[in-house]
Amino acid sequence: MEITMIAGGVVSLSGSLFLLLGALGVVRMPDLFNRIQAGTKATTLGTMLFLAGIAIAEPSWIPKLLLLILFIIFTNPVSSHVLARSAHHTGIRMSDKTVVDHLAKTTEQRGSESLQGDEQEIAAAKSKGGER
Amino acid sequence: MGNMLFLASALIALVALGVSAIRFFRGPDTLDRVVAFDVITIISISLIAIIGFIMQRSVLIDVALVYALLSFLGVIIIAKYVERGL
Repeated sequence: MEITMIAGGVVSLSGSLFLLLGALGVVRMPDLFNRIQAGTKATTLGTMLFLAGIAIAEPSWIPKLLLLILFIIFTNPVSSHVLARSAHHTGIRMSDKTVVDHLAKTTEQRGSESLQGDEQEIAAAKSKGGER
Repeated sequence: MGNMLFLASALIALVALGVSAIRFFRGPDTLDRVVAFDVITIISISLIAIIGFIMQRSVLIDVALVYALLSFLGVIIIAKYVERGL
């Protein structure tokens, strides 16, 4: 009884550390798209670990907690994708360190040309950023 | 001992809630605030679940499930509204 409480508490504590890291990323990232990345990925893992810790400590709640974890796994990437798409279509500026933007290029070209020259472009942008 | 660990993790999640509220109040754009709102609701789901565990009320897990559903719908609707109007 006590050992499951301690094990669940340790798992839950690590999940809360991931939640704190995600919140710090939302505050400190330079760009809206970076904020979406930090805020979604880290908090998904953090919530999963948090609820798994509760499930270890209280085994009779496992079905409901499993339902909650599955719901968060399915809906969190969807909301982040919708946010990023809406931000890109309303023309929010990326940060200065952005190397390549595939979505703007594909909507410009309408798929008429293939995306062959990307490797050279990325290498050129990286060397330019290295000089800066 | 085990209960202290759960209390400490609830406290850290509360600190994370406050930290992401900084971005919610400071965000220069509407979508920055929506991202901060998304993070705040996800952290709140964990907090509701752990409050239910500490108080030993399993009803609060259902509350967390409904809260997750409503926050997902809210984020989707606000993003659609910002993109091209309702």
